[in-house]
Amino acid sequence: MTGKVAYINARVIDPASGLDAPATAKGGVLTDGTRIMAIGPDIFSTGSPAGAEIVDCEGAVLTPGLVDMRVDFCEPGNEHKEDIESGSRAAAAGGVTAVVTLPDTDPAIDDASVLEFVARRARDVKLVKVFAYGTITRKADSDEIVEMGLMKQAGAVAFTNGRSAVANAKTLSRALKYAQAFDALIVQHPEESSLSNGGVMQSGELATRLGLPGIPREAETIMIDRDLALVKMTGGRYHAAHISTAESVAKIRVAKAAGLRVTCDTAPPYFALNELAVGEYRTFAKLSPPLRTEEDRQAIVAGLADGTIDCIASDHLPQDQESKRLPFEQAEFGAAGLESLLPLTLELVHNEHLGLSDALAKVTNHPAELLKLPVGRLHVGGAADIVIFDPERPGRIEPDNFTSKSKNSPFDGRLVQGRVIRTIVDGRTIYTAAS
Amino acid sequence: MTAATTGLSAQDQPADFPFPHRHLLGIQDLSPDEITCLLDLSNKYAEHNRARGPKFDLMRDKTLINLFFEDSTRTRTSFELAGMRLGADVINIAVANSSIKKGETIVDTAMTLNAMHADALVVRHSNAGAVKLLSEKVNCAVINAGDGSHEHPTQALLDALTIRRHKGSLQGLLVALCGDVAHSRVARSNIYLLQTMGARVRVIAPPTLIPAAMERLGVEVFHDMRAGLEGCDIVMMLRLQRERMEGSFVPSVHEYFQFYGLDYDKLQHAKPDALIMHPGPMNRGVEIDSDVADDLDRSLIREQVEMGVAVRMACLDVLTRERFVATP
Repeated sequence: MTGKVAYINARVIDPASGLDAPATAKGGVLTDGTRIMAIGPDIFSTGSPAGAEIVDCEGAVLTPGLVDMRVDFCEPGNEHKEDIESGSRAAAAGGVTAVVTLPDTDPAIDDASVLEFVARRARDVKLVKVFAYGTITRKADSDEIVEMGLMKQAGAVAFTNGRSAVANAKTLSRALKYAQAFDALIVQHPEESSLSNGGVMQSGELATRLGLPGIPREAETIMIDRDLALVKMTGGRYHAAHISTAESVAKIRVAKAAGLRVTCDTAPPYFALNELAVGEYRTFAKLSPPLRTEEDRQAIVAGLADGTIDCIASDHLPQDQESKRLPFEQAEFGAAGLESLLPLTLELVHNEHLGLSDALAKVTNHPAELLKLPVGRLHVGGAADIVIFDPERPGRIEPDNFTSKSKNSPFDGRLVQGRVIRTIVDGRTIYTAAS
Repeated sequence: MTAATTGLSAQDQPADFPFPHRHLLGIQDLSPDEITCLLDLSNKYAEHNRARGPKFDLMRDKTLINLFFEDSTRTRTSFELAGMRLGADVINIAVANSSIKKGETIVDTAMTLNAMHADALVVRHSNAGAVKLLSEKVNCAVINAGDGSHEHPTQALLDALTIRRHKGSLQGLLVALCGDVAHSRVARSNIYLLQTMGARVRVIAPPTLIPAAMERLGVEVFHDMRAGLEGCDIVMMLRLQRERMEGSFVPSVHEYFQFYGLDYDKLQHAKPDALIMHPGPMNRGVEIDSDVADDLDRSLIREQVEMGVAVRMACLDVLTRERFVATP
């Protein structure tokens, strides 16, 4: 694949540079088969380059391939739920060209060798770009900090204990301090487990009616409060993962205004659903953090709109049937998210909360810049990591058609607008929608 | 057996008996009319049982399976007796939670039971929603005999029947539910039933035993038992689970009894003719004083057990009778 490719008739949007060029027959993007050679509405005004393959995008949007900053590919350890290959295919189908996988695998990504295993598997699979977090502490559950310097050299993009919080304040404060030697980002699942333990959904009227043990919002906000104090104390760089409550948004807004080095993200369930999705014990809606109230959902949308929330991650946590076809209390937390990330993010646009470019920024250049990844933007000389999608096309989220090994989606049957047409990594088309 | 000897006949439940449910999973699914019909039918069974009437053959050649994932003696026995009095073959299956690898069984169990062609399944499970999950996988009627902290519909029905027999109606009564409301399926089912039938409900417990957003269920919440009992017609005590007693939810049994145990002193604050109920089994000296529990004039506890059998007969009857016969 070294031939030139001309993508014409595409509305080219690059959130990083602010480019939003209308679709024309004389413009678009030109690649040399791996890298971008030219971008613009009139680059083909003198005709497309000799020998170039022409891809007519028919008015669709062409934008950087999505960057999903939190997925679980379950490898090593739980390959029956997902593996690097099936997860990569799911990403490709979702228009995602770069993912960052969680490190609380089995064994955990807590030293360079596991990191290298993941990198090698991703090279072999050769679909999307798979980056990985390292754990903050050994085995993701101890108080012993990992070799952050060596792991960063080996490719760890940031450090997190994944689905569990670093509960010990001293451990987290040391991690925040130590990480500064390598300018490493500490990513926290903000949940005070001594308050949330045993809970399975948002506490409140619905949980009381269902007779299910609740998780109060304060489990999240207490941890964010504590962590923000530790960030202030240490000067570290901190990212709160999948925030879900109104108060979390408010606290992070204040912390950012005060100049702390704090960022955060959320996931589609927290801006597109509320606790009512649990309905009558729908285990697909059992998530961590739990789906919150409508008031929280609205605050998350507002936080996305005003920029308090920097990124949207899919929170792709595949679970097999055996983990979900259980009484609610026994079922696992998590939802498959890669293949619904784009249409759900576009809901924010269709509902007029965000402009298209601003919404795309949350899933392209923002996470890439935060994690210092060489992806998430269109620029001459850069890798041709591209997604072409139709932002209007109506459809339905049908988990049965998911490419992922797991079909657990709380959005089952939801009507959405927006469909991925083609996903391209390093100039190679890795996914094309069935027409 | 003939209608003359039982006082009950097929006419008591015509083909269009207004009970359009395949299962009985919770009181929340029932309308006031459906509850009334169930209570009326239950009362007939109660009279029949009290008169020591003979067995029925309504469930002859039908199989009732009592599937208990959680230990129970009285509820299981009550269903067993109800099934036998209707002429069913009754099988008890006790699946101790400790002996199964968590969660693996419930759907598998459903498949197994389907193969056995049961006609009715009575299920108790320690997880909320588990009985509903099972009901979605089996092809027979399912009665929820208690799922976690969610619902226990036959308990609420038997409580309602007991109250109705003494007070005539539920409409306008003031009922106090006292004790571990947070973890109580009995409390939830009773709240739904009593409110649906026009009674007012108060809950009385220390704050640690009141679940989140309790008042959103339309009840009044009290932490002072004397104030809460003021003017009540019915005092319904709830069992305090042993594992919640020491330290985690209440500091001690001693302190709990002092402030939330029902004794004559506290009972004075309720109406003079207030009646006392308890779903059993009782912790004497923890949530209820022995003298109060055994007070023949005030305590309905024994009658609750008696009504339990009648209510379960009615529930089994309406769920297993061939109702959808074509009418000319």
